[in-house]
Amino acid sequence: MAEHIIELKGVTKYFGENLIIDNVSFSVNKGEFITFLGPSGCGKTTTLRMIAGFDLPTSGQILLNGEDISALPPNKRPVNTVFQRYALFPHLNVYENIAFGLKCKRVLNTYRNDKGEEYTKKEKLTKKEIAAKVKKALEIVDLEGFEKRSISTLSGGQQQRVAIARAIVNEPEILLLDEPLGALDLKMRKEMQIELKKMHDRLGITFIYVTHDQEEALTMSDTIVVMADGVVQQMGTPTDIYNEPANTFVADFIGESNIMNGTVVGKNKVRFCGKDFVCVDDFPANEPVDVVVRPEDIRMCAPEDGMLAGEVISVVFKGIHYEITVQVGKYEFVINSTQSRKVGDKIGMTIAPDEIHLMKPHFITNVYDGVITKHNTVRFGDGEWDCDVTQLYPGSYIDEEEYLITKTGEKIDLTDTEVRVEVGLNDIEISDEEDAGGVMGHIISIIYKGDHYRLIVRTEENEEDYVFSTEDLWNENDYVSVLIPKEKIKLTLKPKAKEDDAA
Amino acid sequence: MKLPRFSRKTLCIPYAVFLVFFIIIPMCVILFYAFTDKEMNFSFSNFLRFFSDPTKLSTIAYSIVISLITTVICLVIAYPVALILARSRLKKKFVILMLFVLPMWINFVLRVNALRELFNLLAQAEALAWLENANIFKTVVGMVYDFLPFMILPLYTTMLKIDNSLYEASADLGGNAFVTFFRITLPLSVPGIMSGVTMVFLPSMTNYVVSDMLGNAKVTIIGKFISDYFGNDWHMGSMIALVLLIVVFVSTWLTGGFKSEENVRGANL
Repeated sequence: MAEHIIELKGVTKYFGENLIIDNVSFSVNKGEFITFLGPSGCGKTTTLRMIAGFDLPTSGQILLNGEDISALPPNKRPVNTVFQRYALFPHLNVYENIAFGLKCKRVLNTYRNDKGEEYTKKEKLTKKEIAAKVKKALEIVDLEGFEKRSISTLSGGQQQRVAIARAIVNEPEILLLDEPLGALDLKMRKEMQIELKKMHDRLGITFIYVTHDQEEALTMSDTIVVMADGVVQQMGTPTDIYNEPANTFVADFIGESNIMNGTVVGKNKVRFCGKDFVCVDDFPANEPVDVVVRPEDIRMCAPEDGMLAGEVISVVFKGIHYEITVQVGKYEFVINSTQSRKVGDKIGMTIAPDEIHLMKPHFITNVYDGVITKHNTVRFGDGEWDCDVTQLYPGSYIDEEEYLITKTGEKIDLTDTEVRVEVGLNDIEISDEEDAGGVMGHIISIIYKGDHYRLIVRTEENEEDYVFSTEDLWNENDYVSVLIPKEKIKLTLKPKAKEDDAA
Repeated sequence: MKLPRFSRKTLCIPYAVFLVFFIIIPMCVILFYAFTDKEMNFSFSNFLRFFSDPTKLSTIAYSIVISLITTVICLVIAYPVALILARSRLKKKFVILMLFVLPMWINFVLRVNALRELFNLLAQAEALAWLENANIFKTVVGMVYDFLPFMILPLYTTMLKIDNSLYEASADLGGNAFVTFFRITLPLSVPGIMSGVTMVFLPSMTNYVVSDMLGNAKVTIIGKFISDYFGNDWHMGSMIALVLLIVVFVSTWLTGGFKSEENVRGANL
C-alpha cells in the first residue's frame, strides 16, 4: 500500500468573508506527481499555499506523514516551493540564491566523547558541503558554470531553472510548483514539462504542481485534482479524468465534449436527441441525466447505417485531425476525425455504448431561502421579486389591506415569513438592459448542450447563482439583468424553527 | 531674413540663464574670495588660517558629530515604522504616512519656535529644569523633528518595492524572521537607507536655524560659522563654505550617491 505523504482533512479557508476553499479532503501518495488543475480563482493556489504554510486553513487539518502541520510556519516544513514569478533574491547571485536554504539548515551530527559516549550536535553545513550540493543542483538543472552570474542577467528560462535548483537543493520531501511555466513561451514550456517530469523520476520526491493548463496536467501528472469554486470536482489519473469525467464541469474543462440533456429510459438505456442509445452507465429509469460524448468517440458512416444522421455544417482543419460540426435536427455535434467531409454532406454517426458517459446533472432546479416582504413580494438571491403568495395557502386570497385570507377565513400577515423558493431551469430569462429585472449579475459559466446553452449568472453582492437554459448565445462575464416571471416563482412554507431554541 | 528655428533646446534657455547667474558665477565668486586676501591678491592665507585654527576644525568635527547623531536617531525611529507601514495590508496606511509628512507643510521657523516654547515650558518643571541648558540635546531633538520625514519617505518607498514573495521564499527555504530580516529585508532596503541618510545628514550639518533657536546660540555648527564670517570676513567665510562643499562631496561619494539614479528614488518630496 502506498504511503500518504500529505493528507488534507476537511480544509476550509476564508479570506475575510469570502469562502475560498470549501471543505477539501484528499491525500497524496509518496513520490507521486500530483497536479491541482482548475480555472483561475478555483482555489488551487490557495491549497498549495496552505501546504507550504504561507496561508493557514480557517478550519481542517493538513497532515504530513501523519502529523498535523496545519499551524507550522513555512520555515519549519520540509517542503520547498518554486514560485510563480520565481521570487529569486535580486541582490544575490545564482550561487548565493541556491545556497540560501542550505545556509539556514542545521543538521544533527553524532560524535563520540572521550568516555566513548555518543552525543549529537546541531551544526551548520560546512562551506565545502554547501558548495558540493549547489554544484549538484546546478547540474540537475543544466546550469553548470552559472554560479557567479547575477539574477538580472538571466533569461526567463534560466531564472526558472535557478528557482527549481534553489528548491530541490534542500532535498525537500515535497516540491511545490505554483504555475512555474506560466511565464515561458510555448516551446520553452514544452521542453521544461519534459525536463520536470524527468527530474521527478530522478529525484523520486513528491511533486505538487498547480496549473490551469489542462494539457500540461494531462501530460505530466500521475494524479490530477480538478478544482472549481473551492471544491474538488474530481481526483484521478489523467486517463480516468479524461475518459470518465465525474460531472459536466470536468467534461467541459478537460478536453472538448458534446454535452446534452438526456433521460434514462431503462436498464443501460438512455434517450437523447430523440433516439434511444445503449450505454454502460447504470442510472434509475426516468432520471434526467447529462450525456457526455467526446468528439473523437463519434464514428462517421453512411447516413442509413448511423444511429443519428445529419448534415455537415462546418469543417476546420486542426493539424492532426478535422473538427467537423454536424447538425442533427436541432442539435449540434462536434466530431474529431482524421477523415474529412465536405460542408453539406449527409452523414451518419455511431457511438459505442462505453463512449456514452452519463452523469447526474449538477442542477435540476434553483433553490433559495426567501423572505416575504410587507408588500407580498419575496426577497431572495439578492433581489426582490413579484410573486403569488396565495400559493402558500391553497384557496386563499389577498384582501385590500394586503393581508392574506385563507380558505377558512383566517387573516394572516405574511411579512417576514421565511419560505423556500424554487425556480426551474427554463423559467429564467436574462436581458442586457440594466434594471430590466430583479437583479444584475455576471455570467460566470456557459456550457453548450447540443441545442441550448446552460448559463450561470452570479450576483455581485452575495454571489447568489441563477442557473438556467437558453438558446441565445451570450459571452462569459457579460453583465446582465435576471428576469423571472411572477407565476414561475414557486413558494413553499419552511417548517417553523423551534421557538425554544433560543432558551 | 531667416527666422530662427524654434527647437526643444530653446526651452532650456531660461534654466541656462539661471544656471549661469545663480550657480556658476556665485561658485566662481566663492572660489575667488576663498583664495584672495583683503587686498584682493591671490593667497593661500585663508586656507592656512582655517587648517591651523583648532576652533574651526573642531566646529567642523562638532557639526559632523551632531549630524551623525541626528541621522542615526532618525534611522532608528524611521526604519521600523517604514517597514511596518510598507508591509501592512492596511487600506488607510496613506493616512498614517500623511501624518508623518504633514509637519513638512507647516512653516519651518514656526515649528522650531513652537518647539523652543515647549522646551521652555517643560523647563519650568523642577524635574525637567536640566532642559534649560541641555543645548545639544535640544538641538538634536529639533533636528530629528525636522528631518524625520526625509528619512521615512525614501525608506518606505524602497521597502514598498520589495516583493512579498521574496519574504515567502526566504521562509520557505527555512529562514526564520531573523535570517529573513538580515539577509533579505536589510540588504534590499539599503538604497532607501542611503538616500534617507543623505537627505538627513547633509542638511542637518548646515541648518543653523535649529541650533540657534534651540541651542541658546551656544551650539555652533558649521552653517552658523559661515553666516557669522560673512558679516566681516568674506574671504574666510568663502573658504569655510568651500571646505563644507568638499565634505559634502566626499560623504555623498562614500554613500554611493553618484553611482546610479536609483539611489535618489524616494527623494521626490
